[in-house]
Amino acid sequence: MTDPLKTPYREREKSISLDAMNGESPISGMELEPETEMLTINLGPHHPATHGVLRLLCTLEGETVQNVQPIIGYVHTGIEKSCEDQEYWKAITFVERMDYLAYYFNAYAFCASVENLLDEEVPPRAQYLRVIHMELNRVASHLFWLGTGALDIGAITMLWWALRERDELLDLFEMSSGQRLHTRYFQVGGVMEDLPPGWEAKCRRFLAEMPNRIDQYEALLDENEIWLRRTKNTGIVPVEQLLGLGVSGPLLRAAGNPWDLRKAMPYCSYEDFEFKIPVGTVGDNYDRYRVRMAEMRESVKIVEQALDGLPEGPYITGNRKVALPPRHELATSMEALIHHFKLVTEGFRVPPGEAYVPVESPRGELGCFVLADGSSKPARVHMRDPSFVNLQALKHMGEGTVIADFIACLAMLDPILGGIDR
Amino acid sequence: MPDATGLELAAQRVREAVGDTAVIGTNHAHGRARLEVDPPRVHEVLRYLRDDDEEPYGQLSSLHGCDYLPEEPRLGVHYELLSMERRDRLAVRARVTVEDAVLASVTDLFPTADFQEREVYDFFGVVFEGHPDPRRILMPEDYVGYPQRRDFPMGGEPVLFTFNERKLPRWYD
Repeated sequence: MTDPLKTPYREREKSISLDAMNGESPISGMELEPETEMLTINLGPHHPATHGVLRLLCTLEGETVQNVQPIIGYVHTGIEKSCEDQEYWKAITFVERMDYLAYYFNAYAFCASVENLLDEEVPPRAQYLRVIHMELNRVASHLFWLGTGALDIGAITMLWWALRERDELLDLFEMSSGQRLHTRYFQVGGVMEDLPPGWEAKCRRFLAEMPNRIDQYEALLDENEIWLRRTKNTGIVPVEQLLGLGVSGPLLRAAGNPWDLRKAMPYCSYEDFEFKIPVGTVGDNYDRYRVRMAEMRESVKIVEQALDGLPEGPYITGNRKVALPPRHELATSMEALIHHFKLVTEGFRVPPGEAYVPVESPRGELGCFVLADGSSKPARVHMRDPSFVNLQALKHMGEGTVIADFIACLAMLDPILGGIDR
Repeated sequence: MPDATGLELAAQRVREAVGDTAVIGTNHAHGRARLEVDPPRVHEVLRYLRDDDEEPYGQLSSLHGCDYLPEEPRLGVHYELLSMERRDRLAVRARVTVEDAVLASVTDLFPTADFQEREVYDFFGVVFEGHPDPRRILMPEDYVGYPQRRDFPMGGEPVLFTFNERKLPRWYD
């Protein structure tokens, strides 16, 4: 007789005899139905893995997700409507709060739209400063995605490690603009202030350290069996379908389409920098992870180049009708005082027109549409938020996977509910 | 972006293929090229621009609405087309009146329009005929009114608490 502990569990279970119970099964009525049962459950709105107030109405067959219906709008705050009641320079504060992890990108898209309508030139130094902050913001956003995404799959160390580096970035933002989140650093026509003394050295220390840190993250995750099983070959959507769904950003690049607005339609002097576009081959969740990790490395390179080649000159346009005069001029120049007063009380007027400026945010194409009616307040501000559009792909990523993989799909989609609901 | 000449040529090709009245006008300003399209022909024009034009635009990168109060027709729906191959963009606009705010849905051409058309319906009340799931998307389903219209008052939305929930309109109606 073989050792019963060495035979598989199911076989041992089959060997249990119930004959001793007078032929009656002790668990009668508990047999599985021949046809399977569908179960409809809500994932969210208050579920930590949904990264915000996202409600997913899932139909499950056993543990397999058969249907997903995202229900959104729980944090709709009417930011687009509120912008119509603000002067252009005050609306920057509002648009930054849409996608709350990519505030520099929101602000850039809005400012660039207004500059487009005003035909305002941005000085080269301001463009480089914008690039530096946007790329640091991209790293910060990807770090937050990495920490929370890995947390969804159970890797809690990643959260502490990724947020540790993100905190250094927030320190840098605080140093340059005074705020850690929603910095309102970008102004129409340039940036708010020049870099303070010591900022560059601190930033370079961070940039030198960051590639080692990314190595460490990868060392933690790339040989983690749970991580690999949850991400490899899960959530694959064909690239044609992604294009039809309007998906952009890392999700599209992971599927093999190298579409990146920074390269394809350069803006804000991105054409000056040498960087590569990471592209995936399979299009599964693992590729999405690898693409974002590689993007962080590329962003570090861009910031290094921008710091090396930072041009001298003004950090904001000299057009006093748009940008505030320097503070010291107010004491001596009547004209500066008048400009300051007019800008602060009334704002600047923008000639009638429409602008749509797309930028490559950490999650894809972030487009800002501004309709100007000639007054000092926008008649319409619309953000084409990548999270909102990419969320449509979740249905196709998640259907047919088991629910644990579905959580991984959601994490790798990286939706930001502030951007979805606005 | 096509330049002003390229835009006129594109408009001419659309007129020849879809009909003389399909394109009402063109606009080229601040580097943005825009075709103004007769609202009932939007679907045909977009299908032509996607499939049959010699300079096709395969992607719809954004769809959004806006309100041109006090101009008439008041509501505008913008389709931001994108060609990844030629790295080019073209905007298409259709303007409808508040009384007859109906457009054909383009979800069959561009599946990405699903959420975005629902959003335009939600905020401007433009009905997209043929949309597979024509419901509100961000506002509550029982909400009355189209909040992004310019004549919709800013603010003034009372917050529901237990002490005032029975006094507020639309709550126990």
